[in-house]
Amino acid sequence: MRIIKHPILDFNWEKPISFIFNNKTLNGFSNDTIASALHANNVKTLSKSLRYKRDRGFFCGIGKCSSCLMQVNGIPNVRTCIAPLSKNITVKTQDTFAQLPKISKDLAEEKETISIDVLVVGAGPAGLEASLQAANQGASVLLVDENAHVGGQLVKQTHKFFGSKQERAGIRGIDIAKELDSSIQSLKDHKKITQMLDATVFGFYENIKNKDFTFAVMKRNKYHNKLIEIQCKSVVIAVGAMENMLLFPGNDLPGVYGAGAVQTLMNLYGVKPGNNVVMVGAGNVGLIVSYQLLQAGINVSCVVEAAPHIGGYHVHAAKLRRCGVPIYTSHSIKEVHGTHAVESAEIVKLDKTWKAVHGSEQTIPCDTICLAVGLTPSTRILGQIGVNMVTIPEAGGYVAKHDENMQTSIKHVFVAGDASGIEEASTAMIEGKIAGLHAANSIGYKTSDSEKLHTLFENEISRLRAGPFGEKSRIAKKRMREHIEETV
Amino acid sequence: MKDFEKNGILSQKDLVLPTKNHLKKGVVISECIQDIPCNPCVDSCPVSAISMKDINSIPVIDYELCITCGKCVGVCPGLALFLIKTTDEKGYVTLPYEFLPIPIKDQIVDVLDREGKKIGVGVVKKVKKTGKTFIVTVEIEKQQVMDVRNIRIN
Repeated sequence: MRIIKHPILDFNWEKPISFIFNNKTLNGFSNDTIASALHANNVKTLSKSLRYKRDRGFFCGIGKCSSCLMQVNGIPNVRTCIAPLSKNITVKTQDTFAQLPKISKDLAEEKETISIDVLVVGAGPAGLEASLQAANQGASVLLVDENAHVGGQLVKQTHKFFGSKQERAGIRGIDIAKELDSSIQSLKDHKKITQMLDATVFGFYENIKNKDFTFAVMKRNKYHNKLIEIQCKSVVIAVGAMENMLLFPGNDLPGVYGAGAVQTLMNLYGVKPGNNVVMVGAGNVGLIVSYQLLQAGINVSCVVEAAPHIGGYHVHAAKLRRCGVPIYTSHSIKEVHGTHAVESAEIVKLDKTWKAVHGSEQTIPCDTICLAVGLTPSTRILGQIGVNMVTIPEAGGYVAKHDENMQTSIKHVFVAGDASGIEEASTAMIEGKIAGLHAANSIGYKTSDSEKLHTLFENEISRLRAGPFGEKSRIAKKRMREHIEETV
Repeated sequence: MKDFEKNGILSQKDLVLPTKNHLKKGVVISECIQDIPCNPCVDSCPVSAISMKDINSIPVIDYELCITCGKCVGVCPGLALFLIKTTDEKGYVTLPYEFLPIPIKDQIVDVLDREGKKIGVGVVKKVKKTGKTFIVTVEIEKQQVMDVRNIRIN
């Protein structure tokens, strides 16, 4: 199930490491997560559903959906899709309700406290740019991410980015991640940025005495947890988004994934999700991931799209079509068949009112379903902080109201990237720059060119949103600003 | 709604077609027909043959100026630029290719249209690497230069 040769990526399959899964010895590689190593060994069922004990595989692959929880070295509920694999660990499928370990030192280490000017949560395109800007303004920055790597979802974007030179157009996302990482690295060397990976910001605790914000972070170290209390003067929440699920019978079968999860599996870990895929959704994500499946040597039977037209860029659709992949617009997925794994998909034609046309069902044999039906901003930590939230469909759902500086209704709390409303990586990077700049400026760290920088970033982002494909973003951001003006 | 918005396939009426003389000289064809925020092709052109009103406009090619250097073919993130040329006997298409195996000079390959259908065979004449994208020139039937947009190696 490993991808041996790839036109864009170079995988290193030397030096395997062994681990134990349910009393069997399996092999993986040092850059694997536990779940990717299991997939490479064709183990797709990672847990069971609570009530009906149905098989569960992961859906999101990026630490958000909880269907990959397993017991590792006796520690229950380890999120195996982001937990790094290490040598000789023991991985077990757990009872639906996990058991607590007998010895408490297995669970956690002692608490530590860190004080910092700016906390940036999320090391994707927005968080990385925010950290760089805040540090360049003179603030001390702590950058925290759940994954063992920085770059967020850039690390799986093997395609060249759109935009202009300033947004690194023509460069592949994987290479942009490397560029940003090396910029962070040089600031780390000058002690301006501290980076904490494999760590989750899981709670907000107000600190009334000195008006700083207090956050709780769980830092993992070989599946042990360490509680870290972070006190900061301002915070940028850049935690990204989660892929949407679609309702149909069989949608919980292992082998039904978010399209981004499959992209992570193949482009980051070099693991094939299956051999034959049905893609649901012809937006940019669905089209791009379909093309990348072909590049990994995996067959894509078809792309189905409920709308009467292709939602993504024509150029992405054309790349797929000239490889012979059909795109069925006005079609949806009706049901997925299979007992313990996906065996086939039943697709159906939709009429003008989006209702299924009786008798138009077709069964397509496949072992993998990818859902590329939109994203929802991850906003739980923002909700917990207590910023004003609003539902804006054009932004992907429930989002934090924010102004043109990316500041929310609470002073010194900023938001950027998909967490502030679903858009593209290019706009996420610019939003990150704006948020980082103001997160530092708002607490007194300000260089003489900071106003010039703001104007530059604002112009860049307006330019990117000016075309017909930027309409949704323009509506979303306008509505957000209207709302924040009402509250102020 | 135009057909390509439904099926992802362009027809000749969606494109700005070159004249016979342009084809003889050789030109780049742009199949980038939507207003998307992207302009690296403009920056890549050494003779300013590609222009754009602003970043959200479609690229406009000056067929007189184009020297078919192929720089834009390698840089286009949408893989939507193709060089085409005809001689008295043959046609030549230069296309971006991101699959394995890498085509080899003089190899005989299937040539495919915009729907991925085989419409003949061609001979690989040149393979150039731009980053991880290969720029492949294939010799085909003269009348197929506006139809061949992919190759398949058997």
